[in-house]
Amino acid sequence: MKVLVPIKRVIDYNVKVRVKPDNSDVDLTNVKMAINPFCEIAVEEAVRLKEAGTATEIVAVSIGDKKCQEQLRTALALGADRAIQIETEETLDSLNIAKLLQKIVDEEQPGLVILGKQSIDSDNNQTGQMLAALTGMAQGTFASEVKVDGDKVNVTREVDGGLQTVALNLPAIVTTDLRLNEPRYAKLPDIMKAKRKPLDVKAAGDFGIDLSPRATLLKVAPPAERSAGVVVESVDELVEKLKNEAKVIS
Amino acid sequence: MAILVYVEHDNSELKADTLKTVAAAQAIGGDIDLLVAGHNCQAVVDAAATVSGVNKVLVADNAAYEHQLAENVSALVLELAGDYEHILSTALSVGKNFMPRVAALLDVAQVSDIIGVESADTFVRPIYAGNAIATVQSLDTKKVITVRATAFDAVATDGSAEVVALSNATDAGISAHVSDELTESERPDLGAASVVISGGRGMQNGDNFKLLEGIADKLGAAIGASRAAVDAGFVPNDMQVGQTGKIVAPDLYIAVGISGAIQHLAGMKDSKIIVAINKDPEAPIFQVADYGLVADLFDTLPELESKL
Ligand SMILES: Cc1cc2nc3c(=O)[nH]c(=O)nc-3n(C[C@H](O)[C@H](O)[C@H](O)COP(=O)(O)OP(=O)(O)OC[C@H]3O[C@@H](n4cnc5c(N)ncnc54)[C@H](O)[C@@H]3O)c2cc1C
Repeated sequence: MKVLVPIKRVIDYNVKVRVKPDNSDVDLTNVKMAINPFCEIAVEEAVRLKEAGTATEIVAVSIGDKKCQEQLRTALALGADRAIQIETEETLDSLNIAKLLQKIVDEEQPGLVILGKQSIDSDNNQTGQMLAALTGMAQGTFASEVKVDGDKVNVTREVDGGLQTVALNLPAIVTTDLRLNEPRYAKLPDIMKAKRKPLDVKAAGDFGIDLSPRATLLKVAPPAERSAGVVVESVDELVEKLKNEAKVIS
Repeated sequence: MAILVYVEHDNSELKADTLKTVAAAQAIGGDIDLLVAGHNCQAVVDAAATVSGVNKVLVADNAAYEHQLAENVSALVLELAGDYEHILSTALSVGKNFMPRVAALLDVAQVSDIIGVESADTFVRPIYAGNAIATVQSLDTKKVITVRATAFDAVATDGSAEVVALSNATDAGISAHVSDELTESERPDLGAASVVISGGRGMQNGDNFKLLEGIADKLGAAIGASRAAVDAGFVPNDMQVGQTGKIVAPDLYIAVGISGAIQHLAGMKDSKIIVAINKDPEAPIFQVADYGLVADLFDTLPELESKL
């Protein structure tokens, strides 16, 4: 079974983003970038499926400018077999990303597509579900466990009340939650090997899809700052303040 | 202009956050219909009919919708979508699961997790774990939107909407429910509680969460956790507060043994009053806390419980 893993280049999760002074967008100049943490979990899951003999080939795909090749190389170092970059200078919204990925699904015919449940920049939590809709596949979102069983995959999902397990017909779409696995670190020899693995570049404009944006970003503002509070010296003082100053307990 | 709001429920109870999503719908403006998709969900339908400002409650009560599988529910909403300009759902696990599927089937984008309505096509939403707030104008004719409930005030429940039974029964046949493993708790829902007390890695193990329980009992609080506490297996996943867990905004949030990573802050920094108990005076949680207590939690918690 072939596994397709779409990944995204995003701000490193340790970096606190700043808003541009003109409020047009966030400022990403000279900011450390990385593979989206949920995408990294997706790559790891695919690699584990391959190690278990369930997956036979892992194809990583990313949509973005040339720099996203770095993240594709990371995926290759972690164990993906080959990579596809769909090149575009534009920031595309989730629907257009899903439409491009649909084309790759048509070409590659994977048995399973594993994506991150959300990217930590736009926090949209949409692409996997949209790709599932466009390809007519079943979806197992927010996965904390994935078990392929014949022509089905059982996905345990993190939901509001706890966990839910669903059985999906293959091919299917899975989106990863944090506890699906703990991604490995790429070893130096694997990083070297990754440089020689195949990486195809395709132009986003060549797929015959209308990629015009569906929304206009009017403004990006910093959030309301909380004013710094006070340090209390004792539990007594804390209780007193909560009762008489904040009036949140009685 | 008409708006369809999807009702979040578990077949027996209407989730209170739906009342906040209806408030978002009112801010957009238009005739509001509710959709209840489930099975043997009469109690939910009865509750939905009392939601203020609602025109009709559409009910699809069928085995195909019992577990609100995304494949089936999205097909149902698609069948109804023609009559509506806006389709809204709360940004909880059911809505987050099926709504983007609806959007893609309608060939429109989705505006996720809105915290404000500027006009019928312009919405405010947090990005980058809430470290930036974007205002976006949707260019699509139909708008598919999920709503962050904590940003809106619940509407009243003194209405009496007309209930319309639907005969739709689409089972896409590509997915099936296998099992649920739900956390049983007598405590208030994290999203609905006016007081939340959360423990982090500093709690050291699951047993020590008992130290929070006594306090939670006295305050009628819900108990939450950081990702580190959930990952370590101290408590179940549904207790995680943060960018990728639950978003809470209670009157009082008490963070115990939590450092205050941006991903955790994203889920709680809109709380009215924040208390931090941490032995490290440099912990970033103190930068957002109204009241900080630099102390060992193992001394503090028993004392706090006894003094409440
Ligand atoms: C993609 C992604 C998504 C994430 N999503 C979330 C999310 O939704 N929610 C979330 O919480 N995190 C999330 N995280 C994780 C986040 O980055 C932090 O790792 C996590 O919040 C840390 O949890 P913590 O504060 O409990 O642990 P730590 O950072 O280890 O902090 C423990 C704190 O306990 C204090 N402490 C220890 N012992 C005591 C004691 N005896 N008395 C008093 N204080 C004590 C320490 O001083 C320390 O400040 C996410 C990370 C990533 C990469």
